[in-house]
Amino acid sequence: MKRLNWLVPAFYIFFLMLPIYWLLNMSFKTTNEILGSFTLWPVNFTVENYVAIFTDPTWYNGYINSLAYVSINTVISVSAALPAAYAFSRYRFLGDKHLFFWLLTNRMAPPAVFALPFFQLYSAMNLFDTYIAVALAHCLFNIPLAVWILEGFMSGVPKEIDETAYIDGYSFSRFFVKIFMPLIASGIGVAAFFCFMFSWVELLLAKTLTSVAAKPIAAVMTRTASTSGYELGLLAAAGALTIIPGAVVIYFVRNYIAKGFALGRV
Amino acid sequence: MNKTWNNRAWFMVLPVLALVAFNAVIPLMTVVNYSVQETFGNNIFFFEGVKWFQEVLHSERFHAALARQLAFTGTILLIEIPLGVAIALTMPRQGPWVSVCLVLMALPLLIPWNVVGAIWNIFALPDIGLLGRSLNGLGFDYNYTHQPVAAWFTMILMDVWHWTSLVVLLAYAGLRSIPDAYYQAAKIDSASRWAVFRYIQLPKMKRVLTIAVLLRFMDSFMIYTEPFVLTGGGPGNSTTLLSIDLVKIALGQFDLGPAAAMSIIYFLIVLLLSWVFYTLTMRDEDQS
Repeated sequence: MKRLNWLVPAFYIFFLMLPIYWLLNMSFKTTNEILGSFTLWPVNFTVENYVAIFTDPTWYNGYINSLAYVSINTVISVSAALPAAYAFSRYRFLGDKHLFFWLLTNRMAPPAVFALPFFQLYSAMNLFDTYIAVALAHCLFNIPLAVWILEGFMSGVPKEIDETAYIDGYSFSRFFVKIFMPLIASGIGVAAFFCFMFSWVELLLAKTLTSVAAKPIAAVMTRTASTSGYELGLLAAAGALTIIPGAVVIYFVRNYIAKGFALGRV
Repeated sequence: MNKTWNNRAWFMVLPVLALVAFNAVIPLMTVVNYSVQETFGNNIFFFEGVKWFQEVLHSERFHAALARQLAFTGTILLIEIPLGVAIALTMPRQGPWVSVCLVLMALPLLIPWNVVGAIWNIFALPDIGLLGRSLNGLGFDYNYTHQPVAAWFTMILMDVWHWTSLVVLLAYAGLRSIPDAYYQAAKIDSASRWAVFRYIQLPKMKRVLTIAVLLRFMDSFMIYTEPFVLTGGGPGNSTTLLSIDLVKIALGQFDLGPAAAMSIIYFLIVLLLSWVFYTLTMRDEDQS
């Protein structure tokens, strides 16, 4: 029985890959082939769907917009979370446990609850339809995530290292940048990856806070699906392209991915 | 780790506090505001007290959405947790296949949520989708845009596809922390496969499984984008989960009062769950 064990993960991975294969299959078909016949692989192989995306500004701007607010958000989240995570991992202070819990509640806050108030808040500040609005809004769940992950990594670094550095005459800022940050470099990488990912996959807030100038690719897709008929090939190609960022970096974080999804608690 | 008492650590937390408070407290106060007021347009508001809360708590629509939400969350937990554990147990423990498995399994977790919905939308189409076509070919009458049962089946299958890997990864991380000596001892005692699972693997996985259950519970409770893209809440209202209903009321009908009251009730449920998550994970941490 032991020898057949590999069948379970193999079947599971097969099941995971089927819908993705179907998406790729669709993306390389012409509209006629999609609607006119049922084929397991593209008979009239075409890349015109991808060409259409890369030549139409509304499409490729969607990618640029998404990447822009996702990057801004990652930078803000990780740089704000670094000192906070250090404080939580090294010190006890008034209300620390309550604060840590309160941060968590924001990671768990349903975006649907915040959609309308966010729209009003960012409109009132004249930030509606800008990258910074989405980047700031995504801080709601990404900063808690980054703090929790970084705190997990920092608690693995012995406190003696801090104390030795102070005895050697390092100032706090020099110690933090020169000694401490290299020690938790993998933690910073993982936190940044997860901020990137969660900002990349979220749509409800990103869609609510943008209309034209900062519209994310995911929202462009929704619009195409609903208004300009049902251009399945184009939709499939756009969807396939959104998988790439995750697929590219996944290899580097494969051993930390459980830790990241569990907020640094594994 | 014994920590030093230092109230100046507050200064290091300040940037985080400012950013998150800005995003959490102001919108939450807006919601609280709406939840106790009535408006007839023109930005004129009247204080209504707890009227909206009573209305929401007694409305059948809310009960129905909540019931659907609980049914959905319960079903996916019952499927994903055992399935995830089973897959983690059968995964190779070392060798080149470990990385291959981890990378391929993690892939669905990193796909934008609306693309997940779109993928399944295409995959399950009865005429040109692989799943829909195959099911119909096998003699099932399957059309998820018309049949509530088919819509539910697709929605649950989609969530299993999307999130089971999270359970697998967490359970696998727990399994990897078991030293080989434990298995050798079990072998000497000629323990059965079940005994190894029950007395060695399950206790070691308890902590990660607690996290997995709570994360899946909470994330499935907030799910919006995937079912919205897949079915739009239909056919009828059959797949209108809590947050889909909330967005319908708030942004579709612009009934701010009831929507806000519903938001707060929803948020309180999530808050309670977060507290459970926090106490459970932190208690385990203090022990270890």
